[in-house]
Amino acid sequence: MAPRTVAPFGPQHPVLPEPIQLKITYENEKVVDVVPALGYGHRGIEKACELNEYPKNIHLVERICGICSCIHGISYCETVERLWPLEVPPRAKYLRVIYSEMSRLHSHLLWLGLLCDALGFESMFMQFWRIREKVLDILEATSGHRVTQSISVVGGVRRDIDAEQEKTCIKVLQEVKKEAESLINVLASDPTVKARTVGKGVLTKEQAILLGINGPHLRASGVKEDSRMLGAQAYSELGFEPIVETAGDCYARALVRAREALQSIELQLEAFSKMPEGEIFERPKGRPPANEVTYRAEQPRGECFYYAKGNGTQHLERFRVRTPTFANIPSLLVMLPGCELADVPVIVLSIDPCISCTER
Amino acid sequence: MGIIQKSQVKSPWIMHFCNSSCNGCDIEVLASLTPLYDVERFGIVNMGNPKHADVLVVTGPVNYRTARVLKNLYDQIPDPKMVIAVGACASTGGVFHNCYNILGGVDKVLPVDVYVPGCAARPEAIIDGVVLALQKLSKAVGVAK
Repeated sequence: MAPRTVAPFGPQHPVLPEPIQLKITYENEKVVDVVPALGYGHRGIEKACELNEYPKNIHLVERICGICSCIHGISYCETVERLWPLEVPPRAKYLRVIYSEMSRLHSHLLWLGLLCDALGFESMFMQFWRIREKVLDILEATSGHRVTQSISVVGGVRRDIDAEQEKTCIKVLQEVKKEAESLINVLASDPTVKARTVGKGVLTKEQAILLGINGPHLRASGVKEDSRMLGAQAYSELGFEPIVETAGDCYARALVRAREALQSIELQLEAFSKMPEGEIFERPKGRPPANEVTYRAEQPRGECFYYAKGNGTQHLERFRVRTPTFANIPSLLVMLPGCELADVPVIVLSIDPCISCTER
Repeated sequence: MGIIQKSQVKSPWIMHFCNSSCNGCDIEVLASLTPLYDVERFGIVNMGNPKHADVLVVTGPVNYRTARVLKNLYDQIPDPKMVIAVGACASTGGVFHNCYNILGGVDKVLPVDVYVPGCAARPEAIIDGVVLALQKLSKAVGVAK
């Protein structure tokens, strides 16, 4: 048996923008064992949510994660609305879909860039982030902020998209679509990218189901499962169909996210064309009643589960979030052993880890 | 002015460390390296190794677990060094100020040279913070500016 070495991967590592540590045991260049060490990103947001009054939590919940912040905010409102239950005006439902998909689009473009960066494909990283800036521009023009949009409030949304802004959004989205398509074609057909990703970090369908993986990671292993299929908000009216790949390797995961980015542009364009006129906000009556509710939302990284318990006061008694990366980290323990040391960054990145979500 | 002092002020290499940030500021730090803002044209490069870095860019509030890591990284950066706290959380603790696992801003652990406000801090503000840090650095190494 060759001598074994234990080396830490993180908490500060060029590939990871966030702090997570993997204690990796190597035998020469081969990985034989992985032990994740968590806790670097823990702040205690769930407890802090009990201290604030329920409308003020939106700002806190959006800062669980800065990349999926918009969907966290929307899902918090959806969850709290289910306590009454409240019905949101139809236009607000469509606006929530549009903002959710916009944040999915920028998150997937961000991830595709980071993947190229991990592969050493620097120019492609820059190209993906260049077109991502256009999405951020329309987010800023319509909501007022690049990263944390704070668009949703309990009972509706905070801002409307007027006809002129709608025209700009559609124009920019079509530009982004054209550019993203050409970039994704290059990424999907590049022999170097294929050499680094095809057959790396394979997770079979059975393993994925056994480990309880979710999101694009699960869909890349051939399981047709997406929380958007439940038809919350306006998804039921948009004819949504999840994207599935069967190979289960890093390349399949990249393809799923790339195709989802293009799909989310289509969903936005469809939502713009179907969006009804009318009110965008209805003030909730009274306080959240004593009740327990759950809600499932599809984040860019996978399915996010929310639980809220009201007690008839302005404060929530308990608010719980179970995030996608928390479920996806165990897959690393299956995918990493047996791989080469140089493939570790790409495989770790391929689950799209979001540590600030996981640890809150 | 010697060549070493001149190069220290001319091309600062930054190292980015994320404490327990929400990612908002982290992606803005990364965005400032990409084509729209492109700080690389000023010679600013993001480094993964603390021993290569001149400027430590910290995002997010310090919690009980990252405090030791942050101190460790700071000690490894060669002198003269600058610390930039990016965002409301890194400056004061921000929205997480009353969370049980949070110590507060970066200045609870390290001497901070520049505070960049904003939640999340905009790339323009981050670039402005690096420029301010450079002015301070040029005073420290004796290059008048």
